Amino acid sequence: MRHLLSISDLSKDEAVLILDTAIEMARASDGPMKKLPTLRGRTIVNLFAEDSTRTRISFEAAAKRLSADVINFGAKGSSLSKGESLKDTALTLQAMGADAVIIRHSASGAPVRLADSAWMSGSVINAGDGTHEHPSQALLDAFTIRKHCTKGGGDLAGLRIGIVGDVLHSRVARSNVLLLSLLGAHVTLIAPPTLLPFGVESWPVGISYDFDSVIPSLDAVMMLRVQQERMSDLFFPNAREYSRYFGLNRDRMLMMKPNSIVMHPGPMNRGLEITADVADSARSVIVEQVSNGVSVRMAILYLLLAGAPSEIGANA
Amino acid sequence: MSKSYILKGGLLPNGTKSDIAIKDGLISGIGTSLDASGSEIFDIANCVVLPGLVDLHTHLREPGREDAETVLSGSRAAVKGGFTAISAMANTSPVADTAGVVEQVFRLGQEAGLCDVFPVGAVTQGLEGEKLSEMGAMANSIARVRVFSDDGHCVSDPLVMRRALEYVKQFGGVIAQHAQEPRLTVGAQMNEGIISAKLGLKGWPAIAEESIIARDVLIAEHVSSRLHICHVTTAGGVEIIRWAKARGIDVTAEVTPHHLLLTDDLACSYDPIYKVNPPLRTQKDVMALREALAEGIIDIVATDHAPHPAETKECEWQEASFGMLGLETALSIVMATMVDTGLMNWEQVADRLSIAPARIGGYSDHGQEIAIGKSAHLSVINPTASWKVDRDLVASRSRNTPFHGMEFPGVVTHAFFKGVKR
Repeated sequence: MRHLLSISDLSKDEAVLILDTAIEMARASDGPMKKLPTLRGRTIVNLFAEDSTRTRISFEAAAKRLSADVINFGAKGSSLSKGESLKDTALTLQAMGADAVIIRHSASGAPVRLADSAWMSGSVINAGDGTHEHPSQALLDAFTIRKHCTKGGGDLAGLRIGIVGDVLHSRVARSNVLLLSLLGAHVTLIAPPTLLPFGVESWPVGISYDFDSVIPSLDAVMMLRVQQERMSDLFFPNAREYSRYFGLNRDRMLMMKPNSIVMHPGPMNRGLEITADVADSARSVIVEQVSNGVSVRMAILYLLLAGAPSEIGANA
Repeated sequence: MSKSYILKGGLLPNGTKSDIAIKDGLISGIGTSLDASGSEIFDIANCVVLPGLVDLHTHLREPGREDAETVLSGSRAAVKGGFTAISAMANTSPVADTAGVVEQVFRLGQEAGLCDVFPVGAVTQGLEGEKLSEMGAMANSIARVRVFSDDGHCVSDPLVMRRALEYVKQFGGVIAQHAQEPRLTVGAQMNEGIISAKLGLKGWPAIAEESIIARDVLIAEHVSSRLHICHVTTAGGVEIIRWAKARGIDVTAEVTPHHLLLTDDLACSYDPIYKVNPPLRTQKDVMALREALAEGIIDIVATDHAPHPAETKECEWQEASFGMLGLETALSIVMATMVDTGLMNWEQVADRLSIAPARIGGYSDHGQEIAIGKSAHLSVINPTASWKVDRDLVASRSRNTPFHGMEFPGVVTHAFFKGVKR
């Protein structure tokens, strides 16, 4: 069994290998023949038990560029919406001969359950589970940072990266903290105390409640989506106050150092955590993150599925 | 019922080697060279004889969820674990909040006949925390209920708690509180700590337990009532109870076997077999609970035996039910965590698992010292033997034991209820 469930399953060498392989994949995709024959005859299931647009399409595009057969299995209109259990879904996919299942699920740990149980034998790739992790997003973020903030190879040693906003509920933040620090970057979490997890002091990160004091030192600023419903849960008083202290607006962007970048995993709340002029500015690599996502996911699928034995996630 | 037995060569809790004669439901002789004529003889050399174990906290699921457990299957599990009295929690369907339901459960226990089944009555109607249930009617029913609990739910309204504590004084009752501040635990999945943050599972902070314990010991003091705290899990909770007892407040407390052994890092598997309420805590809490039990700050071990059907555990963590089996493994876990570690001797085990819970519950026929003329409710354990837990071999109707595959010391070899081997 070879899976990608959590960044914590990766060694630094494995993470760098994925990023390096993604460069190759991007190069191949830019060539005249976009499609590689690598995964011909392999069946990959996109099991999206939670709504998602970009991640599902990104994985689908990645799998198709590697010539895999892709089956999309969404929440709406499928047996999942009829109350089928995760176990029965897994048994069904196993019976259909899925070589890999890419799973997005609202329950933290659902991919781990799928991979650890005797329910199926294929590879499991976590495409975002609850408030746990989103490893492929972190890998595409690291890929993007490496491209813009380093000479293009190796790790992220010495870079300073800020992750701003709702860390508490963010799987993107959890995976990025693990991966970016694994790759040698210095990560600072910038958020009101209510949106930081209990025990965050034990994480390999710096913590700041003061965006303005940190932003001039950052090579990359990663904004997190803030759900409107957090307000009713008393995490902050209202959207205006949140934006004032933790939103990325033009004034703050002007404090950023030269060549630093603005990132967002999407979907954005323009006007809440990021203003439109920042999102559309020259510093913004938000759209590029999406295209990098396809290359990185091709690399993940390639390394997990092409030939045996697999080269990554051996400890998963 | 006129069977007679001789138990030969066993050890009493105080370590004295002694034979025990059982006749007509009573202990008829203690010592050596007892008259064995007509008696069935059991050689129990090296075994420890304890007063029959008493569980103050058992979920039997009947009426309502007979697929998970029945009074009969739960009684079988109890006897297998050495218990001769268990307390059926009120969160059945319908809720045990009327004399009718507690009498039904009591009768089912009598019909099963393997051990005494004492129903626990709900504090509030439907466990909704708003209106008091008819506790007087339950107390005066044939079930003679003395322990009242909304277990599964906290009696969170301080005024309701105050009134309940006052009300049960008239029949010598006790309120067993499930200490969980509801607003601090909305959607909570596991202990709030470093592990929950890493796993992205919503935290159940220790303060949600501690704040209710602190509030309730103060209310109990103010109204001079008797309070029992269910399943204490935190070092902080222990400290508050220690303070309350030193102050003379009439409070007792229980700890479950699983909270004496297991910790929250088991959730890293996301296997809901480890999902329980209150949740597994940290090693620091486990050590504090063990010390408190040895000291008597925590008075008793209670199982919180919580059977659940397979489909409610074979799923995502956050979808899964809270709870784990406890009756069949309790004594072995106490032996592993408390006796083999040198924290307690067998006399203390007898106290924490039989004498003290019987006293708290008002089960006057149970939890007696082993002496001539007492009811012959006895458990025999072989402390030199060990066994491996197999979920496929449990007597319970459900299989949700987190101890599957684990090896434990101490095999319950016999349980005698009313002088009859069960």
